[in-house]
Amino acid sequence: MTGAALAVLALTAAALLLGLGWSAGRWHTGRGERAAGLDLGTPVERATFHTLHTASLAAPPLRAGLTEDAARKAARRLRSLLGTEALCLTDREAVLAWDGPGADHHQRRAMARVAVMLESGRSQSVRTECQRPGCPLKWAVFAPLTGEEGLLGALVAYGSRESAVLVRAATEVARWVSVQLELSELDRARTRLMEAEIKALRAQISPHFIFNSLAAIASFVRTDPERARELLLEFADFTRYSFRRHGEFTTLAEELRSIERYLALAGARFGDRLKVTLQVAPEVLPVALPFLCLQPLVENAVKHGVEDSAGECRITIAARDAGAEAVLTIEDNGVGMDPALLRRILAGERPGASSGIGLTNVDERMRQVYGDAHGLVIETGVGAGMKITVRIPKYRAGVHSSEPGGGGRAAGGAGPWPPADA
Amino acid sequence: MNQTYALTAVTVVVLVTVLVGALGLRISRTTSDFYVASRTVGPRLNAAAISGEYLSAASFLGVAGLVLLQGPEMLWYPVGYTAGYLVLLVLVAAPLRRSGAYTLPDFAEARLQSRAVRRIAVLFVLGVGWLYLLPQLQGAGLTLEVLTGAPHWVGGVVVAFVVTAAVAAGGMRSITFVQAFQYWLKLTALLVPAFFLIAAWSGDGAPRASFDAPAVFREHTAVTLGEDVRLSVDEPLTVTVTGRVDGAEHAGVPLTLESGRHSVAARTRLEFTPGSVVPDAHAGPGPDAPGWSTALSGGEHRLYATYGLILATFLGTMGLPHVAVRFYTSPHGRAARRTTLVVLGLLGVFYLLPQVYGALGRIYAPELALTGDADAAVLVLPERMLGGQLGDLLGALLAGGAFAAFLSTASGLTMAVAGVLHQDVLPRRGVGTFRLAVVVAMAVPLAGGTVATEVPVADAVGLAFAVSASSFCPLLVLGIWWRGLTPPGAVAGLLTGGGAALGAVVATRTGLVPAGWAHALLAWPAVWSVPLGFLTMVTVSLATRSRIPAGTAAALARLHLPEDVAPRRAAGGAR
Repeated sequence: MTGAALAVLALTAAALLLGLGWSAGRWHTGRGERAAGLDLGTPVERATFHTLHTASLAAPPLRAGLTEDAARKAARRLRSLLGTEALCLTDREAVLAWDGPGADHHQRRAMARVAVMLESGRSQSVRTECQRPGCPLKWAVFAPLTGEEGLLGALVAYGSRESAVLVRAATEVARWVSVQLELSELDRARTRLMEAEIKALRAQISPHFIFNSLAAIASFVRTDPERARELLLEFADFTRYSFRRHGEFTTLAEELRSIERYLALAGARFGDRLKVTLQVAPEVLPVALPFLCLQPLVENAVKHGVEDSAGECRITIAARDAGAEAVLTIEDNGVGMDPALLRRILAGERPGASSGIGLTNVDERMRQVYGDAHGLVIETGVGAGMKITVRIPKYRAGVHSSEPGGGGRAAGGAGPWPPADA
Repeated sequence: MNQTYALTAVTVVVLVTVLVGALGLRISRTTSDFYVASRTVGPRLNAAAISGEYLSAASFLGVAGLVLLQGPEMLWYPVGYTAGYLVLLVLVAAPLRRSGAYTLPDFAEARLQSRAVRRIAVLFVLGVGWLYLLPQLQGAGLTLEVLTGAPHWVGGVVVAFVVTAAVAAGGMRSITFVQAFQYWLKLTALLVPAFFLIAAWSGDGAPRASFDAPAVFREHTAVTLGEDVRLSVDEPLTVTVTGRVDGAEHAGVPLTLESGRHSVAARTRLEFTPGSVVPDAHAGPGPDAPGWSTALSGGEHRLYATYGLILATFLGTMGLPHVAVRFYTSPHGRAARRTTLVVLGLLGVFYLLPQVYGALGRIYAPELALTGDADAAVLVLPERMLGGQLGDLLGALLAGGAFAAFLSTASGLTMAVAGVLHQDVLPRRGVGTFRLAVVVAMAVPLAGGTVATEVPVADAVGLAFAVSASSFCPLLVLGIWWRGLTPPGAVAGLLTGGGAALGAVVATRTGLVPAGWAHALLAWPAVWSVPLGFLTMVTVSLATRSRIPAGTAAALARLHLPEDVAPRRAAGGAR
């Protein structure tokens, strides 16, 4: 072993240790633990920080809404925030979580009190009149939790004596919890909006496209019955996929298969004017991605290339493997678009514009799922065609295709139909 | 050896690799009426790709070199390299695919919902990846040195440059085809010359390779030593020396070496007469420098070392970064399992060949043991045994195959390591960052490789296996098969098991450990570090039961249920 090799090994070890130390440190600070001996402010400031930190820890579970699981996680933090003997979170009907002693004999009585309090809608401080010896829960403060649709439940804080401080603190904490719950409602509203938009997308495909496809198929029924049958099967598969009700995510293979059917139907209508080139790296076919996030882009390309222009339309769809990401590009040589107009459409300032609803929706969903770095990248100009690039990470926490990646329709038609719940 | 042929072969391999990589997609993927279903990567193609990526310099050159040096015990290496896939098949393959994870940190995050575990996993992926890349570059250096006499660092730089350029420029677009092509190239490169060599050997009267007794020179042989060497001679040996032996200068005079140790200076030329015994050589300055290569044959701890090797290779395969990412290409869990089965077959066939070269090398090129270039046995045999035009051509074929081994493993590893760097370490700014990540992924082992040059290729790869077996094996196996795993448990297990293995490896490599049991323990850490990793992970998880992630049941259901019976709902409704 030479000295040089020794040195390099020592260096490697040092670098590795440094890395370990760094990540361990990050982990620790992430958990809110602080080393002693630093300037951390006056005791009052420290107490404030501590309170704020405890509050911030309680916030994430509540963002899921007022459920049993969320309440259980939040109750522990909230009790340490208030410093009470016991703390209980309820909805309108039942106790969701109880942190501290006395859950066995106080719960039922608490719900009766909550019912009274919910009628008035105001905080109350009452004596529990607990007869058990040794039970520290002598006084209870009931504070309402409000949401957009009125009262959602109550926060009950138990103390050993009557205290104006406790009443005030419990009311404030209940108000803070209410804000978190309103935020969770906002989250849910936003998700509902997205779902509505996906539904709108599905609805948007149908009338126009269904009519044209059926007309195109009809024209083959006598001249080429075999082709008409093939196209009808394509049509059935296409609509089944587009209207499926479950699953926010799918695989690239499924999405491309749907595009393939779409293009077969479009090809029946436009004949030789539509030329499609596909370059797909097979490595990226299993990538999971949001449902119906490519098809609108292809529709857009077909619209620009064939419907809005008279010449031959060339569409190139490519999926490349780029390390931890898949890069998808959809390119057409159609009429293109004024970049300034496109920017306004994507920013939502021209909601009425006929082309681009799909683009905006896809862009927003991509940003929502993968972050702002993964929005659509569009290169275009008037008369210069359009090229749309999407980068999709191969893995992202929470993104799982709910559809088997491998199966699929056997050539010839009689493919496996989905189970009854589809 | 004919340099022109060999260089041509190497150049052709490099060019064809880049061409298949860049154009494979265009040729096979362009069509106007497409049918996506037929395009998923089938198990056979994927298996060939996995094998192509997996069969590194350690397999192509290293196994033969070790068999030459130390005999049949070294067959545990190919057995371990292959059997690792059996463990992978039984315990990991399908669930890993179903998890949807691309890299091992992805798996850690998907299963444990913890960024902290992910970060630690990233560190170990980088560690294992670089430990594995280092010997690839060294092997390339050795190959080019043997072929052309170029300085040792040239080969590594060439491979690093080609791989970096190809990967960074997107030239590895159809990496599956490239890697599958490389597997068949490597198999052909070993198989065809092997037939000729065996024919020559039986024409020679089929002499037996003796592994019990020291190897013997068959003909008048001259050896020029590249570095200072200490020879142990068991019985008096007469050699003709030009240079410095035991501190005295000799100029082409016969010299009888008494039994015992003799130091021979670098650039000394030794001429052996036919029938004389090949002396044992220890490179390095000290009388007892604990050479890594001697660990397995280190006398009384041989059994222990063998178990260490077996554990490391059996359990380490699943944690190699470039192996894990390839399973993502399978369309579903069942295909991943079938792929692994085919890989077992392909590797089994391949590993029949290196030991043929090792045994023949023991008979026909024993002096390689003396100069420390045993890894070159595969390359020099055709010239030594056949000679002439045929020998040159076959040698060129082997050189091409060896370069294919470096290129494929190095590019696979670079892709995997760069992917992790791009995702988790460097600030994210699109395609440019990935190129930077590729450069960083290659620069680190290249820098390390220019300094550390002494480890046999197969052994250096063994280190990566030991670290991987002690860190990722517990994480994967417990993550897939045990509900109770918690993020703190995983972090503790990774750091303790993997850290211990890494520490042991570094300690042995720096020669800090005295010979004996301590050395054996640290040189083959897997025997204790793997159980240590498992134990820590289980104990800490049991102690932190409250930290079991909320989504554990759902995650395990997704890992174990085949895709088509999995509940058809938005499993990822996190948003």
